[in-house]
Amino acid sequence: MNTELFGIIVVFLGTIVLALPFGKYIAKVYGGEKTLLDPILNPIEKVCYKISGINPAKEMNWKEHMVAMLTINLVWFLLGMLLLMTQQWLPLNPDGNPNMSPDLAFNTTISFVVNCNLQHYSGETGVSYLAQLWLMFLQFVSAGTGLAAAAVLFKAFKAKTTAQLGNFYNFLLKSCTRILLPLSIIVALVLAFNGTPMTFQGKDQVTSLQGDTMQVSRGPAAGFIAIKHLGTNGGGFFGANSAHPFENPNYGTNMLELSAQLIVPLAMIFAFGYFIRRKKLSLMIFGVMTVGFLLLAIPNINMEMNGNPAIAAMGIDNTSGAMEGKEVRFGAAVSGFWSIVTTVISTGSVNAMHDSTMPLSGMNELLAMMVNAFYGGCGVGLLNFFIFIILAVFISGLMVGRTPEFMGKKIEAKEMKIAMIIALLHPFLILAGTALATAFPAQGAATLNNPGFHGFSEILYEYTSSAANNGSGFEGLGDNNLWCNITTGFVLILGRFLPIIGPVAIAGLLAEKQYIPESNGTLKTDTGTFGLMVFAVIVIIAALAFFPALTLGPIAEYFSM
Amino acid sequence: MKNHILPAVKLTVLAILLFAVIYPLVVWSMALFAPNNGNGEIIVHKGRKYYSNIGQSFTEDKYFWSRPSAVAYNAAGSGGSNKGPSNAEYLKEVQARIDTFQVHNPAISKAEIPVDLVTASGSGLDPHISVAAAKVQVKRISAVRNIDVAGLERLIADHTEKPLAGLFGPEKINVLKLNIALDKMSEK
Repeated sequence: MNTELFGIIVVFLGTIVLALPFGKYIAKVYGGEKTLLDPILNPIEKVCYKISGINPAKEMNWKEHMVAMLTINLVWFLLGMLLLMTQQWLPLNPDGNPNMSPDLAFNTTISFVVNCNLQHYSGETGVSYLAQLWLMFLQFVSAGTGLAAAAVLFKAFKAKTTAQLGNFYNFLLKSCTRILLPLSIIVALVLAFNGTPMTFQGKDQVTSLQGDTMQVSRGPAAGFIAIKHLGTNGGGFFGANSAHPFENPNYGTNMLELSAQLIVPLAMIFAFGYFIRRKKLSLMIFGVMTVGFLLLAIPNINMEMNGNPAIAAMGIDNTSGAMEGKEVRFGAAVSGFWSIVTTVISTGSVNAMHDSTMPLSGMNELLAMMVNAFYGGCGVGLLNFFIFIILAVFISGLMVGRTPEFMGKKIEAKEMKIAMIIALLHPFLILAGTALATAFPAQGAATLNNPGFHGFSEILYEYTSSAANNGSGFEGLGDNNLWCNITTGFVLILGRFLPIIGPVAIAGLLAEKQYIPESNGTLKTDTGTFGLMVFAVIVIIAALAFFPALTLGPIAEYFSM
Repeated sequence: MKNHILPAVKLTVLAILLFAVIYPLVVWSMALFAPNNGNGEIIVHKGRKYYSNIGQSFTEDKYFWSRPSAVAYNAAGSGGSNKGPSNAEYLKEVQARIDTFQVHNPAISKAEIPVDLVTASGSGLDPHISVAAAKVQVKRISAVRNIDVAGLERLIADHTEKPLAGLFGPEKINVLKLNIALDKMSEK
């Protein structure tokens, strides 16, 4: 049992230690400084810019950034729809998988474009290898989009007063080539050498030792799984995601995949501090996020290790913990830990089925996505957290009777309005979506895999996961139907782009304002006290907005057991 | 927006080339040096090949049983039961598995049955069982195959996979490897 806990501690601390130098590296990449991979990547990027007719030195203001972002995302969306609806006739389809229906293609494309990877299909039967490669491409560029948006935020707070915030295409391409690609190659190779397939051959047929005929799905999985974690995408190559013995062959690869999904979000926090030369601010952000993360993760590890009381009551040996939906090679402890890592960060990959976790573990997974800012996804975690900072600055300002200021910029009505809309959008999307699905039993209740309170949790989880762009699920839910594909599709779009545009707009507006030097009257935002304030704002917003829904789902289930 | 469309399309095409063509080809070509050329690890026994990472269904009394599976160990797909912990029907199913196990293993008391033997895995393809889950089946196999208990316990000890580097993760046993070794042992 101790070896299980030890594995968790080493992964977590080890990744933090690695994230520090990697954060410094990211800051250099966005600052255009010299880095290790320049000799290889400079010429490649130069060719890309030349052919595309992009001048990477041309600076954009925040509005141009957002227009560029939305345009290129639209291109990806249209291409994706086309490909998924015609995959049957295209090459690289050894298993002969059929075309997607329009609504499923809509949901799948959106969900990969917005870095969510909610999968209403199963990898083995739902997509061809060509489509898998296309989805893998989206895993790179959607993560790159989030990182590029965060880089705009970096830029906005570096200079005293400016409207020039770097070039979007430059940030996007560099995020992919310099941050995601090198690490992906390393992770993919480690996986391949541990038994993850990387082949273009189709299903294999074997006879088991007992004499049963079985088929084994394969494919170019190693490359896919690497970027699915590094880009905090989370979409599985196979239906069972990282619980599948091919996607995650042993405890070592499990540690690697945990580390891979944590490293970029962690490094981005430190990169922010290095970039704007305020390491203490980074430390405050890291502290608040880590406290929130541990408050969710530790109870989950504990609850999953203790196991299901209803099964313990049957009188069997329950020492392994809650093993329903879990793999023996990982064990209950690290599966509980993973369930929170993947939900605080917007990865959404799973190494155990969340639908079968304990009721309050399920609640913590939901809470992690409802907050969506304890570490958070590639780039967007920091943007979400920035909204909470702005709210905390405003509230603290009112409490002490000072003009709310952040980094020498006055926060005024316009910024506050944007921050409030973005903060309220998330609960609105989740609760309205859940309410609608629950109100129509044919769309809600009929699709459930479990009765009662847990069934309600399945619907709540689906919309929470969509709004948070997470992608994990209480997968019992029969989610591949017209209603669910379309509604979650729209929740995904709104839950992705507004929370990017909002914070970038605030940052852009603040950057254009006059810089006010710090004085005795300035509210310090890089202290523990202010961190506490941000934490309080997060708890109040999440608790007040979501508590009633959580009471109807996981909390009621807990008390009914 | 207009003047962004063309650069966006061109950059997309180039990025597809980089991340969906060159990247997978680089990984694929290097994975050719991986076990079984990147096709998934296999073991060959008596002319048949098996994927060592993909669990198999073992239900006969002469073999160590594997865990229950929501996809019946057909690796054409994968997945768990997704049953919630409080689901009454699900709990009945677990109780039925316990009863079945006791019918086949009358010498074993209920309190000895480890939970992983009566719950389905996440992938439905779990190749492993816990050490306790193997030990609890020794008496049955000993009776069916006429092998002494001590010999079977040695076999289990030999096939117990230790935590990674002796430090990280649980102990476990690959059921397929264990059963192949069991067949070999019977032949002697």
